Amino acid sequence: MRYLPLNDADRARMLDAVGVGSVEDLFRDVPSEVPPGPVFDLPDHQGEMAVEQAFNAFAVKNLSPSCAPTFLGAGAYRHHIPAAVDALIQRGEFLTSYTPYQPEISQGTLQALFEFQTQVCLLTGMEVANASMYDAATACAEAALMAARVTRRKKVLISGSVHPHYVDVILTETGFTGISCERLAPDPMGIEDLVGRVDDDLACVLVQTPGFFGRLSDFTALAAQCHAMGVLLVVAVAEPVSLGALMPPGEMGADIVVVDGSSLGMPLSFGGPGVGLFATREKYMRNMPGRLVGETLDVDGRRGWVLTLSTREQHIRREKATSNICTNSGLCALAFSIHLALLGEDGFTKLAEVNHKAAAALAKRLSAVKGVKPLSGPFFNEFAVVLDKPAAPVVEALAAKGILGGVPVSRFYPQFPELENLMLVTATETNGDADFDALVAALTEVLR
Amino acid sequence: MAKLYFSEEHEWISVEGGIGTVGITEYAQEQLGDVVFVELPEVGTAIEKGDDVAVVESVKAASEVYSPVSGEIVEINEDLADAPGQVNQSAEGDGWFFKIKLSDESELDDLMNRKDYDAFVEGLE
Amino acid sequence: MTEVHVFPSAPAGTVSGNRGLTVEEPLLFEMGGEAGCGVDLPEPRDVPDHLTGFARKGRIGLPGLSEPQVVRHYTRLSQKNYSIDAGFYPLGSCTMKYNPRLNEKVARTTGLGDLHPMQPVSTVQGALEAIDAMAAWLLGLTGMAGVAMSPAAGAHGELCGVMAIRAAQEAKGNPRKIILVPESAHGTNPATAALCGYSVVAIPATAEGRVDIAALKAKLSDDVAGLMLTNPNTCGLFEREVREIADLVHAAGAFFYMDGANFNALIGRVKIADLGADAMHINLHKTFSTPHGGGGPGAGPTVFSQALAPFAPLPFVRRGDDGFELVETRAQAGADAHPFGRMKGFHGQFGVMLRALAYAMSLGKDGFRQASGDAVLNANYLLARLKDVLSAPFEGPCMHEALFDDGFLKDTGVTTLDLAKALIDEGYHPMTMYFPLVVHGALLMEPTETESKQTLDAFIDTVRALAAKAKAGEADFFHAAPRLTPRRRLDETLAARKPVLRWAPPKAE
Repeated sequence: MRYLPLNDADRARMLDAVGVGSVEDLFRDVPSEVPPGPVFDLPDHQGEMAVEQAFNAFAVKNLSPSCAPTFLGAGAYRHHIPAAVDALIQRGEFLTSYTPYQPEISQGTLQALFEFQTQVCLLTGMEVANASMYDAATACAEAALMAARVTRRKKVLISGSVHPHYVDVILTETGFTGISCERLAPDPMGIEDLVGRVDDDLACVLVQTPGFFGRLSDFTALAAQCHAMGVLLVVAVAEPVSLGALMPPGEMGADIVVVDGSSLGMPLSFGGPGVGLFATREKYMRNMPGRLVGETLDVDGRRGWVLTLSTREQHIRREKATSNICTNSGLCALAFSIHLALLGEDGFTKLAEVNHKAAAALAKRLSAVKGVKPLSGPFFNEFAVVLDKPAAPVVEALAAKGILGGVPVSRFYPQFPELENLMLVTATETNGDADFDALVAALTEVLR
Repeated sequence: MAKLYFSEEHEWISVEGGIGTVGITEYAQEQLGDVVFVELPEVGTAIEKGDDVAVVESVKAASEVYSPVSGEIVEINEDLADAPGQVNQSAEGDGWFFKIKLSDESELDDLMNRKDYDAFVEGLE
Repeated sequence: MTEVHVFPSAPAGTVSGNRGLTVEEPLLFEMGGEAGCGVDLPEPRDVPDHLTGFARKGRIGLPGLSEPQVVRHYTRLSQKNYSIDAGFYPLGSCTMKYNPRLNEKVARTTGLGDLHPMQPVSTVQGALEAIDAMAAWLLGLTGMAGVAMSPAAGAHGELCGVMAIRAAQEAKGNPRKIILVPESAHGTNPATAALCGYSVVAIPATAEGRVDIAALKAKLSDDVAGLMLTNPNTCGLFEREVREIADLVHAAGAFFYMDGANFNALIGRVKIADLGADAMHINLHKTFSTPHGGGGPGAGPTVFSQALAPFAPLPFVRRGDDGFELVETRAQAGADAHPFGRMKGFHGQFGVMLRALAYAMSLGKDGFRQASGDAVLNANYLLARLKDVLSAPFEGPCMHEALFDDGFLKDTGVTTLDLAKALIDEGYHPMTMYFPLVVHGALLMEPTETESKQTLDAFIDTVRALAAKAKAGEADFFHAAPRLTPRRRLDETLAARKPVLRWAPPKAE
């Protein structure tokens, strides 16, 4: 077996040193009522080539977005990843190291995460950020729990523009903590009144921009109302590239900002692993979940980095910890950070412009297709269209033509028949004019 | 003249005129190591004896501080926000945590005097 | 462009502060880049924008660097990290085994790595088949009835398990109040129980490092919802009375959660179902060799007994008449399923599952049996060859990790931490220190099955020599360690008292 260095001669000498006759003797504490040689109905070992062939066989049963015009979003956005990102994160020193608990031999990971924390602060307009969460959905749940700790209140209000998976995860993860969540109905038209619902028994209000239906919002007035009532404003961002073009949530007055980082650095990988970005105000620093990297000096007075404020965390605080999170998304955070470092200020803002204008151009073209009506209102790189028939079969019909044309809203909201004809469409820098032509032609045909 | 009492949770309380000043003992600060942060209650909070009212953190540990008596918080040591190290330098002096207006002075009878506390600590080692 | 010399007087004996392969590296933000860009992007289309009123006004403040600058920056940073690729990593409870490169390759296959999570289910049948195949491995290896594939890490899997316990108790009419957790447990156990609204009651250990059955019996009641037990436990020992523990827990109407952090000792040899467990998470980033990546991503699929399986969260893959189905909503789940909710966006850590599947297929059931055997043999070999110079608090045999306490350092002036830092200078990652809490100054060593006898012998020789040095009164040698690392001991008190969590531009004088 290629991953196991011991040979039988080694094993014999080692058993001798231990003073037992066989490896089985080392398992003598396993109780006798447990079957000693259980039957496993599983295959035996295979070589590299056979395993690769099996994966290729899985792959050919899928429609690869690399081989099909793709307009899918709904919380996961396809972007081109520079080759240098994957090459760097596959360096064994990053890939195969553990959590940097021994700072003297982990300065690489620690410095990179310190840079990541800084980038997250800059993008979101916030003061402090942690070293990552699993994804935006779980980070939203952590934000709700944190707001409840900070305000000592137990009610959460969630906008109808927040990604339904984020909402489901919040409801699940706060469900047994005594926190009650009010979830507003899906709001494709952007008509819900949040300001009027803010009162002084809320821990936080959770909103998203661009919203699940693509719509942009300015939460400045909402933030002011929240702060007047002692309520925290939590802003979620599903598409971080939008932060290259849009006013950052921190400038609107957000108290906690949660971002799904999977747009940058990593392949979509069917939705995971990704990375959740989590940022807040300095005054709430000690209530944050997750790991934090801080700057310090070594005994020779040289600048270095360590994990810090760890008394918030489970390995020290146990049942009183701010979260149970331990392993997070370190390597994805690194990939995000490297991609952003390659883009830089000019590249990142240009990428945002390219994305927005791609979507603007596509919306214009789709509005000329009979049976397609883009919803009005400002958007970034994703928008909703109303079709003149249910969206799910249309999407299937497009897929049969080799086009991943959009996401039917009904997949998330089967209980809302009024949303049945709604489809989310995204365009990014990866979509050329040929993609647009293909979608327009196919959609025209399918809706005929 | 202030009277000094100690709890088994390693808090001290010095009482004068119905107001108790509370902190952690020299022994407790030695056990914790370098204190990096102290979280204090809000002035005006009503406290029951035994409530966890404050948290004292070192790099590798966090300990709850329990109120040795019931009453209302009347003052907190604001200096600790910028200089948590005062708890190490002067645990039973400038490193005090909060002042509490006692609601039931008879609760002090359950606490130890210096001599008994020293013996208690010795028994722990 | 300005060259930043961060530490011109660094004690390296060089004029730059650099030391051969170890080069001082400024932060990204200090590299003098402003207008550069490491990506050539297409030009934006010539259409009006729709952002009026929502547009960013000021600069973000990101540096602008070319591709070679960025590649060199991160390459230099990487050279300041220890890694399993580069050396022995006997970190107890962390299962730092070799991470096969085949796993990385297959996860990047076109048609798998690039799939969008919201593609029509008809276009991802191969992906669902791969998830189903991984689930089949986990069920086959554990003998359990069901598995939730979506948890993102070990602690997330624990949360999944305890939420299922809570949902099952609620379905019986009473969520109950308490989760029992042994003193030696990982911190995630009590933190997880608290997140599920339970209070935590600790169970003490016996003098031989196992659960105190009498204490467990005394604490079991109608208020107890479940027990969380790591097995093998964090002292590296198999809980001999695990069957009796399971029976006691079940008799009290409670569920038995087995923390799977140490599954590497049992895989391919013991079926978890045979131990009486109702739920266990499996850290794919430990037992199934997917890389730790400096702290994630991981995955923590959670297997369930018949009693808990109906409560598994959304989404899940199901075999249907027309191929694989992806069940994403309660309406789709049907009447037999009572999912307690959703734990993660989309469908879980697919990329990690693929890596783990490649590993499972590579090892096979015969390889798993050999791997757990070698892992346990390696740990016992360390124990056997070190117990005369270190101090072992418990009788062996151990399972996949060997525990020592700091008794052998008594009166030397050297602590567990000092010894660990000295090991760094010798080229090793230290063992886990000061955990579990049930012994004083713990040193927990987990060699894993992917280390050779030669590596173990060299490590043993080093530890023996260091122990002799400590006992010979050379405390100063240890206090000064590490000396040869990019940074020496760092001031954690300073970091925590005056937290600096981000770079900020230097203030103008």
